[in-house]
Amino acid sequence: MTPFAPTEEREKQIQEIVARYPNRQAALIPVLHVCQDQNGWISKEIVEWVATRLELSAAHVLGVVTFYTLFNQSPPGKHQVWICRTLSCALRGSDALIRHCEKRLGVHAGETTKDGKVTLRTAECLASCGTAPMMQVDREYHENLTIAEVDRILDRITS
Amino acid sequence: MLRKTDYLTKRYGQPNGWKLAAYERDGGYEQAKRALGMTREALLEEMKAANIRGRGGAGFAMGVKWSFMPWPPKPERPHYLVINADEGEPGTFKDRTLMEQDPHSTVEGCIIGCFGIGAHAAYIYVRDELHLAKERLNGAIAEAKAKGYLGKRPFGRDWPVEVYVHTGAGAYICGEETALLNSLEGKRGEPRLKPPFPAQVGAFGMPSTVNNLETIAAVPTALKLGGEAFSKLSDLHALKDGGCRLFGVSGHVKRPGIYEACVGLTLRDLIFDLGGGVTHGELYFVVPGGSSCPVLRADEVVNAPNETSPIHPWHGKSVLDVPMGVDTFRALGTMLGTCCAIVLSDKACPVLAMHNLMRFYKHESCGQCTPCREGSAWLDRIMTRIVQGEGTLEELDRLHEIADSIMGNTICAFGEGTAMPALGFLRKFRKEFEAYVKTRGKSSTGLLAP
Repeated sequence: MTPFAPTEEREKQIQEIVARYPNRQAALIPVLHVCQDQNGWISKEIVEWVATRLELSAAHVLGVVTFYTLFNQSPPGKHQVWICRTLSCALRGSDALIRHCEKRLGVHAGETTKDGKVTLRTAECLASCGTAPMMQVDREYHENLTIAEVDRILDRITS
Repeated sequence: MLRKTDYLTKRYGQPNGWKLAAYERDGGYEQAKRALGMTREALLEEMKAANIRGRGGAGFAMGVKWSFMPWPPKPERPHYLVINADEGEPGTFKDRTLMEQDPHSTVEGCIIGCFGIGAHAAYIYVRDELHLAKERLNGAIAEAKAKGYLGKRPFGRDWPVEVYVHTGAGAYICGEETALLNSLEGKRGEPRLKPPFPAQVGAFGMPSTVNNLETIAAVPTALKLGGEAFSKLSDLHALKDGGCRLFGVSGHVKRPGIYEACVGLTLRDLIFDLGGGVTHGELYFVVPGGSSCPVLRADEVVNAPNETSPIHPWHGKSVLDVPMGVDTFRALGTMLGTCCAIVLSDKACPVLAMHNLMRFYKHESCGQCTPCREGSAWLDRIMTRIVQGEGTLEELDRLHEIADSIMGNTICAFGEGTAMPALGFLRKFRKEFEAYVKTRGKSSTGLLAP
């Protein structure tokens, strides 16, 4: 296995993060985010590298990785689509959006399309209740959605 | 009574309203500058008089919380201010608007807060999904720093303050203050036993104050108006529930959104005046302040014959006409929570609504305490069976028992946050639940989204 190494720019980011806290352990979650941004998911190599870098045990790092929803423990698709399904969104049609996306992409929520382009997931409340229904595509929020709008977004990321 | 204000939301929707120039045009950072010239005692008096009840859900008096910090700070035990912006309570989307559209009020609040509690560093814990919010907060911090409002000598005063944005990684439980502290320290977000309370042993084992983001963002306004004048904006000043705050409304209303108004607004004002009224039929029920607050039915009447009850003046009237306050809503048997209501019309099915929320709690239980981990999953399993038309009447009682055995048996309030809304649905919709079970769902509209 090839050991993980952050790019020069990301190494600088990591140094800035570590400097914010009174101890190294506190940098763990932000540093994992930086590594995941580079690699797409948290591999075993990243767990090892972060543990060494922050002077923590690999078991502690893995414990944290597995606790939080946003750390991918396997490679996701090129684009990650999260559709909120909690009450405020459900009241404004999120279930229909989920069904539509599943049908159109040919996957169930939680799965990645065969071509590796899209991972479709459902999310619990994303603090967008006043602009429901909504979905998050990678870093971006799309709000007040209609099926037509969802289709336009999916057209863009699957083309 | 509905009285709109724009202390917190004035710059919402303005071009570049989130920039320092816009904030300073409206007198921004003058209060931080003033605070650093006050004595700590004088600042705390103002903050106590302002009666800012915590905006994150528990409704604790902010000024009193600040006063719990050990004084004077010992050099070997630095204090920390921690801001909770892990906004994730279903129905709640107010802090996000502040971060995205007016981040400087939070930064200024942090400077005042640090001085008030004897801290030199503030960590704002933002849920990771809110990328724009983090970008705006970081931008505001950089702008304030460049002006010398943060750093070694803010406004030339000898009180160093640094403000940092810290990100979570997707866990509702990290909105619980001790879970948040563990997460900030690079651990799994599992709540801690209290005591010790954060004021004694908080972030990094040091004395800390955890405030909700809207709470801290209200501080500059409270100081500007003066504590008492700020508190008196509210109809509930006599109940020590002061000022103005953000009200959210979502679900089956014509104009969902965030509105700023004086405390004392009623659910009727929020749903019909601000929210524009109900879509898809008549008002059926409301989850008043985030999903952990037990539901209120639109046809409920206040029963408070006792004259000492904070809601006695509304005895015999509709629950929709009670002013939304921490103590008034507690007296109604629910909670004000985050003050963001979810509205459901009579086309929506309460059984499906409860199922949706129980699925949420099952997903978000951290798994540390058995009654919560097993109980939340069990509630969800039974609800799933009921929704699929396979439930029995005995299982309705089982739901009660499970919820009862979660209550009071867990480390943090997540357990109650799951059990209380469950019991609320079961008690207030018993007839509807029984009919649903007996007819295998045929009695229901079968809908959440009409």
